[in-house]
Amino acid sequence: MNILLRTEGLAKTFTLHLQGGTCIPVLGRVDLAVSAGECVALSGPSGAGKSTLMRCLYGNYGAGAGRILLAHRGAELDLASADPRAVIEARRESIGYVSQFLRVIPRVSTRDIVAEPMVARGMAREDALSRASALLDRLNLPERLHGLPPATFSGGEQQRVNLARGFGPRSPVLLLDEPTASLDAGNRAIVIGLIHEAKQAGTAIVGIFHDAEVREAVADRVFTVEPMQDAA
Amino acid sequence: MTLLLEAKGLDLKFGAIAALDDVALDVTAGEVVAIVGESGSGKTTLLRVLAGQMAPDAGAVHYLGRDVLGMTEAERRRLMRMDWGFVHQNPRDGLRMGVSAGGNVGERLMALGARHYGNIRDEAKAWLQRVEIDAGRIDDLPRHFSGGMQQRLQIARTLVTRPKLVFMDEPTGGLDVSVQARLLDLIRALVRELGLSVLIVTHDIAAARLLADRILVMRRGQVVEQGLTDRVLDDPQHPYTQLLVSSVLAA
Amino acid sequence: MTEAGYNFAYLDEATKRMIRRAILKAVAIPGHQIPFGAREMPLPYGWGTGGIQVTASILGPNDVLKVIDQGADDTTNAVSIRRFFTRVAGIATTEVTGEASIIQTRHRIPEKPLTENQILVYQVPQPEPLFRLEPHRAETRRLHALADYGLMHVRLYEDIARLGHIAKAYDYPVMVNERYLMSPSPIPAFDNPKMHQMAALQLFGAGREKRIYAVPPYTPVRSLDFEDHPFRPIRAPHACAICGSTTSYLDELVTDDAGGRAFICSDTDYCQERQQAPKAAAE
Repeated sequence: MNILLRTEGLAKTFTLHLQGGTCIPVLGRVDLAVSAGECVALSGPSGAGKSTLMRCLYGNYGAGAGRILLAHRGAELDLASADPRAVIEARRESIGYVSQFLRVIPRVSTRDIVAEPMVARGMAREDALSRASALLDRLNLPERLHGLPPATFSGGEQQRVNLARGFGPRSPVLLLDEPTASLDAGNRAIVIGLIHEAKQAGTAIVGIFHDAEVREAVADRVFTVEPMQDAA
Repeated sequence: MTLLLEAKGLDLKFGAIAALDDVALDVTAGEVVAIVGESGSGKTTLLRVLAGQMAPDAGAVHYLGRDVLGMTEAERRRLMRMDWGFVHQNPRDGLRMGVSAGGNVGERLMALGARHYGNIRDEAKAWLQRVEIDAGRIDDLPRHFSGGMQQRLQIARTLVTRPKLVFMDEPTGGLDVSVQARLLDLIRALVRELGLSVLIVTHDIAAARLLADRILVMRRGQVVEQGLTDRVLDDPQHPYTQLLVSSVLAA
Repeated sequence: MTEAGYNFAYLDEATKRMIRRAILKAVAIPGHQIPFGAREMPLPYGWGTGGIQVTASILGPNDVLKVIDQGADDTTNAVSIRRFFTRVAGIATTEVTGEASIIQTRHRIPEKPLTENQILVYQVPQPEPLFRLEPHRAETRRLHALADYGLMHVRLYEDIARLGHIAKAYDYPVMVNERYLMSPSPIPAFDNPKMHQMAALQLFGAGREKRIYAVPPYTPVRSLDFEDHPFRPIRAPHACAICGSTTSYLDELVTDDAGGRAFICSDTDYCQERQQAPKAAAE
């Protein structure tokens, strides 16, 4: 089994200094491992910390304790303790993240936004742009929108832009946070197809799938995130 | 990863007030580093010390291994002309207001020895277009430009010689919000295209998020928190950073 | 006979020594401005107080002095200065370029090439070539120290951009010995090439600004320009109405109320010599 991402005793507590130093423990000793070609679905009640775990896995949230080991450049990189520059490099080459919401960059066209991480990974600009167009087409984003900045797009359209951006660079590890939340049945099926292809290609996937149908279609197993007892 | 700029143990006091208190910082090639914090937190002072424009009470600054603080004025200026650029908050401080747009962009080229008028002019035109100023305005004085245009002209003037490291002091300060977004996006695109290293001082958290790979949070002369931009902004650890981030209205 | 009660050449010996020291420094660093303690002179600033102090400091009893103003020996300024030195130094004066050992000038270089035995003293109103470009004196000094002259080229660039050519017709900036940017004083750009490798020592005195600078004999002096807009000395495209010269620098004169014009040599001695030369040849 080729493990691409794993955690060891990952814990996370938020300390709210503005609320008198209130501590909110969210994750306690999470041990998760994801192999190449495997899709793990996170489950647990709302507020259990699924999204927090995802953000920790991407290095977006710092870990309170434990390790987050990502296969990167032939070795394991601990995202919990790595230098920011190493995290940036790992995100460019080894791990991708599709968040629920697209962070819009003013004035940059949809096609360029999708192509950007591919170019950053070293793909020729023309190739990146044509793959971007192909992905957007596949996700049924009308071609007239490809050249526009997505700021004014609907929620569903923005999510599809985000998906194209996430799947574009073929990262070995992919994190999907509610990738189908605002999509209709047709587009959900397309996303399921994309996930299957990525798995086939050996991508290790961790996802939060609210939609049971999607979860059953793509997940190899379910990892339950247990809610912590409130320490207060 | 080439280490471009490295500072250690910087201390500077203005009377009883510590403007810099044991500040350390480094910038590698192609990296954008933001220094955030409220007015008076020591951001601009830090920028000036790093650029060799102000001497600290203690500490060291090295650029590509060379001691910046120990340089002669001549060496420092040569560095400022060849390797570095400085974008001021107020375009008036970075532009010659009595010199045409083309002359402003051409000055650094001429300072480096360019002596062909036609080539200088072509280069100036290309840069005006790059910063989205109509090349037809090449002979206009900057005082006839809007604030946003002046700032873009200052950026063209600074980048025309392809510096390795650019210092930016609140480049979007004093501009309308709509103009800020356009300028930020332009800076972002140029930084990527030219592979620039940038050290940007700003109190605009959104600007830092858009541009910076890494972020340093300063308060009362100290770096209270630093790290990956999105981690510092989304999961701030220090009380001051939490306050700073929570003070920003979500857009 | 010199005027009673004055030291030779008006200035006291200590002052002369101080000025000579400044001159020596200036000669040692061609084109570099040396501050000196300019004295009050018995004529107003702008009338050549800097040039007069330089002349007074280098003048010896055997010198022959020529003074020109815009090329002419007979204008008020030239006549006054000549008379001044006759009275306070009792030296001989001349209007003939070839006979003078010291030539003090305002705004021209004589047409006739100068020799190693001559010294040319320029009256300078503003010694700083970066004046008007950089408002801070401390900064201009720094720019000179670092030979950072991009700014001067910006000025020339601006001229070409606005007017299609470099508009500076006089006081056209020069590089001395490829090191210091120098103001040649308000001589016409036409005269600039004469400064290059000149056999005579060239001294510049600015009284109000209290600066002395120099170009030693046989020093390269280059007018700034662009590769594609080379420096071009300009003269009116006419022949002198009196001597017929087609190579000298010409003054334009309005000759009558009807707007009639004539062009004549600005260098009166040169013009006169040319008028006499054909007669001399004929005799």
